[in-house]
Amino acid sequence: MAINRRSFLQLAGTASLTGAIPMALKPSSVRAAGDTLTIAYNVSLPSWDPTTGLSSVNPGLQSIWKSVFDQYIDQNPDLSFKPGVLSEWGWNSDKTRVHMKVRDGATWQDGKPITGEDIVWNLNRAANPESGNPVGGLIWGSVGNLKANGNEVTGDVNAYVADFFKWMAFLTGYIIPPHYYEKVGPEGFEKAPMGSGPYRVVEFVRGSFVRMEAYDGYWGGKPAFRNVIFKFVTDATSRVAEVESGASDITLAIPFEEYDRLKGKPGLTGVATPVSDIAMIFFNDTGPMEDPNVRKAAVHAVNKEAIVDRLLRGYGVPLHTLQAPEYAAFDPTTTVEYNPDLARSLLAASGYSTDNPVKFAIQTTRGYLPKDYEVIQAVVGMWRKVGIEAEIEVYEVAKHYELRATDTLAPAAFYNWGDSIGDPNDSTGFAMFGPSPHSTWDTDDLDAMIGPLWGEKDEAKRIAGWKGVDKYIAENAYVLPLYQQVQPVIYRSDLDFTPHVANYVLPFTTKPKS
Amino acid sequence: MSNSYFFNRLLLAIPTLAGAVTITFILLRVVPGDPIAMMTGPGATEADIAQLRAHYGLDHSIAHQFALYLGQVITGDLGTSISLRQDVGELIIGRLPVTVELVLIAMLIAASLALVLALTGTFWRDRWPERLVDSFIGIVVAIPDFLWALSLILILGVAMPVMPIFGRMDLTVSFDSWTNFYLTESLLRGEFEVTRSVLHHMVLPAVSLALPLMAITTRVLKSCLNAEMNREYVTLARTRGFSRLKVIYSQALRNALVPATTLSGVQFTFLIGGTVLVERIFGYPGIGNMAIDAVINRDLPLIQGLVLTFAILFILVNLLIDLFVTFLDPRLRHA
Repeated sequence: MAINRRSFLQLAGTASLTGAIPMALKPSSVRAAGDTLTIAYNVSLPSWDPTTGLSSVNPGLQSIWKSVFDQYIDQNPDLSFKPGVLSEWGWNSDKTRVHMKVRDGATWQDGKPITGEDIVWNLNRAANPESGNPVGGLIWGSVGNLKANGNEVTGDVNAYVADFFKWMAFLTGYIIPPHYYEKVGPEGFEKAPMGSGPYRVVEFVRGSFVRMEAYDGYWGGKPAFRNVIFKFVTDATSRVAEVESGASDITLAIPFEEYDRLKGKPGLTGVATPVSDIAMIFFNDTGPMEDPNVRKAAVHAVNKEAIVDRLLRGYGVPLHTLQAPEYAAFDPTTTVEYNPDLARSLLAASGYSTDNPVKFAIQTTRGYLPKDYEVIQAVVGMWRKVGIEAEIEVYEVAKHYELRATDTLAPAAFYNWGDSIGDPNDSTGFAMFGPSPHSTWDTDDLDAMIGPLWGEKDEAKRIAGWKGVDKYIAENAYVLPLYQQVQPVIYRSDLDFTPHVANYVLPFTTKPKS
Repeated sequence: MSNSYFFNRLLLAIPTLAGAVTITFILLRVVPGDPIAMMTGPGATEADIAQLRAHYGLDHSIAHQFALYLGQVITGDLGTSISLRQDVGELIIGRLPVTVELVLIAMLIAASLALVLALTGTFWRDRWPERLVDSFIGIVVAIPDFLWALSLILILGVAMPVMPIFGRMDLTVSFDSWTNFYLTESLLRGEFEVTRSVLHHMVLPAVSLALPLMAITTRVLKSCLNAEMNREYVTLARTRGFSRLKVIYSQALRNALVPATTLSGVQFTFLIGGTVLVERIFGYPGIGNMAIDAVINRDLPLIQGLVLTFAILFILVNLLIDLFVTFLDPRLRHA
């Protein structure tokens, strides 16, 4: 049959009608959806290797990985440490050697036992620069000459890193099965990952969802939900709609206004927990920030309580150092007073006033963190009242990383510093030690105080030392800590959900309310 | 349209693609954001950063990087994604069918609605149905696709939860696809449950994308129809006793379809652009959604690959539209 315009248009019309017919067909092969926990998650999983590459240091992905993979050491919801796949760990008395023991009965998801050799393989791989572990050189490479004897592992300390074992519960501190990884290779592992955690991956659609099923051989026991689905719902409005419509059981990282609205809705409840993220303003040792009076005035002029209460609807904990209350070096006696009069007099001593303000730029993201731009607007408003005129520059977080790595941030820059193991090395240490590629303040006095703490083997002395550093930083206003972030989680009211200070939403600790 | 015309059009595509590749490459190197700074952890040393930079070839000069990239592209190698650590070509091929199906359904919805509304407005010209159509179109065209997406989610996903608001398919339905064209493949394989589920999930994102396009197409089609209705052949047909509806449907519509179809071709590319936000909002796993992640992560190879894909789609669609318009209009065929 020859196709002309008339027949083509007729065919097209018929085809579109025919295409609509299957819409009316009844479902026939639908799997049972019961016993399933669905989480509308805020981050999309890019990779199944939790130990290497860009994504391995993304804190937002840890909840998914912790569902599939074991960490060497685990953490309780209050950040305290507990055994993971290692039942024992520690240093010898002079901290020149390490020892670890793999727990009995731990198996990979193909049923093979986890051995000391597996731990050695994982630690060596993490330390190998070619593996692409972003913290391999500094953390995992600090231990070497690892040897396995059954379930026991020993090794030499190349360079003492006080929080080495804490990192075993932190970013990249996961184990993957050597026998399987070597068999399928990196690409095969991405397509069909295998771990030793409470859930195994059943189906993964990149950019959309991952479906998991409980691993019956998990050493930690059977989770309450047989099936778990992480939907990657990266838009906050869509996450709200997901949980409000009942399509998902749990969601997180939603605006506080929505959290307040949803937690009172029938069938839903919520919990807002202070987590291990600290909103802060980096000061750079440049221009007006080299004047201690300007820095101190900038710190004393900011009313953190007002910011938390009025802008964040109370969802935040004002802080005076880079240590949150759950951290090892938190010292409640170190405080910085809100005192605008003092700020004015400090500025006056340097010749500044509201009529002759000191001027500098402050950089911030907009929309990257909850109310980031609004918070900086409020800070700038408070500064203006005492004689500081700060011009806001908005940039992408990628630009922040670039500028920070090259130490070219503006005199003030807003950021969110996370440290879910709560060790001062990873909060004040990396943020404030001059030689660190992630610090902004770079002065000899502070570096001289911090330097010896990296190698301090007496833990009590080390923590006391960091508290002293934090006090010194507060007195000299080298940084402006603002508040501890709060994570809002909304979930079905018939669920028993356990919030985690490390900002995890863990399906295996979630269960139906009894 | 002769074969040489078609061949010439294909030849013209080469400089267009080369331009797209060059501009994208240069733009990505001058905009803020260092991909290596994005991917290093809090404990990374300067040596770690330098090693990563070398690993991804970012330690060379921009000219050297461009020469390397061009060499790769010519051989069909789009590189490896920095954030996903997979072959960019494979990633795009995996996601492209998702977006293509969504966009085609959106176009079908837009075209069907535009046809109905334009015919309604023309048939009842200067009466209340036309004013209703014009008002409706005026409102629809003023609202961008992502706002339609959010509104539809709130109305049909939350207030009256009758439509799914996330994903491509019901997560309780399993489908082992060979091509990733779920809709087409499930129809061909007789897996109608999958077809139903995919269509069900496609409705809201497709309608969100379709509405603005529908509004523009309706305006153009209605305007063309009105112009045709003033032509002499229409008057002649009416004096010979053909009804107004018959004249519109069988005479004026065919002639008015040509400019409307050409416009749809141009709008198709905007539709693909619209998928970036709409796919994000509905958690739809297409290339639009992937593009946002690529930009956030400063995944240069992936962004470049996606822009190249968009450029190829743009060229192909416009070529196809030219062929289709020629097919519709005999005057162009014999020109």
